[in-house]
Amino acid sequence: MKTKKMVRWVYWQEKLVVMVIFSCAFVSVITTLAIAISLGVEAIGFFREVSLIRFLTEKEWTPLFSIKKFGILPLLCGTFLVAGIAMILSIPMGIIIATYLAEYASERARRFLKPVIEVLAGIPSVLYGYFALLFVTPLFQKFIPSLSGFNAFSPGIVLAFMVLPTIASLSEDIIYAVPQSIREASFALGATKLQTVFRAVLPAASSGILASCFLGFSRAIGETMLVTIAAGQMPNLTINPFEPIQTMTAYIVQVSLGDVPHGSLEYKTIFAVGLSLFLITLVFNLLGLFLRERFVRTFQRLG
Amino acid sequence: METAIETRLQQEKAAIRKRKREILMERIFLTLSWITLLFTITVLLSILSKLFVDGLTRINWQFLTSFPSRKPELAGIFSAWVGTIYVMALTAAIALPLGIGAAVYLEEFSKRNWFTRLIELNINNLAAIPAIIYGLLGLQVFVRWFNMGESVLAGACTLAIMSLPVIIVASREALRAVPNSIREASLALGATKWQTVSNHTLPLALPGILTGTILALSRAIGEAAPLVTIGALTFIAFLPVSPLDPFTVLPIQAYNWVSRPQPEFHQNAAAALIVLLVLLLLMNSTAIYLRNRYQQRWRI
Repeated sequence: MKTKKMVRWVYWQEKLVVMVIFSCAFVSVITTLAIAISLGVEAIGFFREVSLIRFLTEKEWTPLFSIKKFGILPLLCGTFLVAGIAMILSIPMGIIIATYLAEYASERARRFLKPVIEVLAGIPSVLYGYFALLFVTPLFQKFIPSLSGFNAFSPGIVLAFMVLPTIASLSEDIIYAVPQSIREASFALGATKLQTVFRAVLPAASSGILASCFLGFSRAIGETMLVTIAAGQMPNLTINPFEPIQTMTAYIVQVSLGDVPHGSLEYKTIFAVGLSLFLITLVFNLLGLFLRERFVRTFQRLG
Repeated sequence: METAIETRLQQEKAAIRKRKREILMERIFLTLSWITLLFTITVLLSILSKLFVDGLTRINWQFLTSFPSRKPELAGIFSAWVGTIYVMALTAAIALPLGIGAAVYLEEFSKRNWFTRLIELNINNLAAIPAIIYGLLGLQVFVRWFNMGESVLAGACTLAIMSLPVIIVASREALRAVPNSIREASLALGATKWQTVSNHTLPLALPGILTGTILALSRAIGEAAPLVTIGALTFIAFLPVSPLDPFTVLPIQAYNWVSRPQPEFHQNAAAALIVLLVLLLLMNSTAIYLRNRYQQRWRI
């Protein structure tokens, strides 16, 4: 009788625990839904007052002024300008570092260099902003007199080092994961080390490397404090990197710091901008994750 | 006969030239890698040296125990560093149980089906969403719908939700590192799945889980963006006591000072950032210590 009771208790305990930890895992699904709903509700309120066509086609962004214009283009342009500058620098650097670490570096060099690169990912973004505003910009102003105090150029350069660990680390893992049989096949055909690396290993890893570039780009677009501090607060539809601009993230910070009442149109703008940012990063994340998955699946079959 | 030898000689010469060119290319690639790495390390060192040159002289007892002020020489970071530690502790208390629970479910209990795959894809995507989006989520859900106000609790909930994906991924790796023979031994003795996990797998994986959690939290501690968005203030002249009090943290205080024109405030910002870095260093060394102290090498 007693054992029966105990068995029943253990059985129910087991059921209960599975339910509890399942709901812990379910929190992640709720989070995604909550992001979609909380951004969506306010963004719908915004688009009731400002049409989507105005939002996408107007060429000025002045919701905080008396003459209000709601064109997202200047913010988009600023965001992509800074992220673009960062990617031009960090993609080649990231791939070179990843290739070197995975194929050429000795075990000792790897063990020293990997943590050094990863320290870059641990530095707070306010510190990157401090460095860009008070060190990089004054330094570049000596060579480029037209560079204004706030600009897209120096935060772009600094941002490159901020996303470098993402690209280098993820790419290195991918190159490392290319099966040894591919290298051996290439050597067996008489190829040299250089030929093997650049004509067999890197092409095999290309989808995975592309994936890490997408994930790095998504990080660059979402970076906030660095660009808020060093790029300025001026929505500017320009591709001139030496002028002050404003990114989508910087706009959200600007409104959050001000005294904008809840429920006003200005308050709703940050959710419309946030939703746009969310959708853009979502596309790049999913592309990156999909390509990564494909890389893993391709080489699982090869063993 | 002569021509045959000559062509052979020509071919050999061409092959040698080709090989030489390749060696040169290899040298160029290696030089390029070293330059890239050297450049990266130089940038890292110049960030740190700029910071320490600017801020180190400003750090003293008065700076650590004063509240913010309009006068840069009287201002301090008392409320900021206390706020940072308060928010972090609360974040850990919220995120750790949720993260462990989710990781144990996904690693030990879940069946391989479309729903599990959906949760996994979802977690991977959440890890890549910009921090400021979590700020907007926190502003809408915790500050407004749950009516927490611009409080320590709202900030901690936001940061907890933000660092959860990273904690889950790290915890799963720690659980995966526990060898299967341990689970099998426990199950063979008649233990249930949960008894196996709670008595054997989880305790063995705990150091790894804690290491991953501390690293995730040290990421969150440096993020100012989500807390700015939920409305953490920059001018707090008292210490938060209850979880529902308003607060500020070190990166927000530093951002506030950096965005002012006076160079004296920039010095304060540098000093606040040095304190933040010291805090990060402490957390990271704890993580590394835990890993080295408790990491098991399984001999199977």
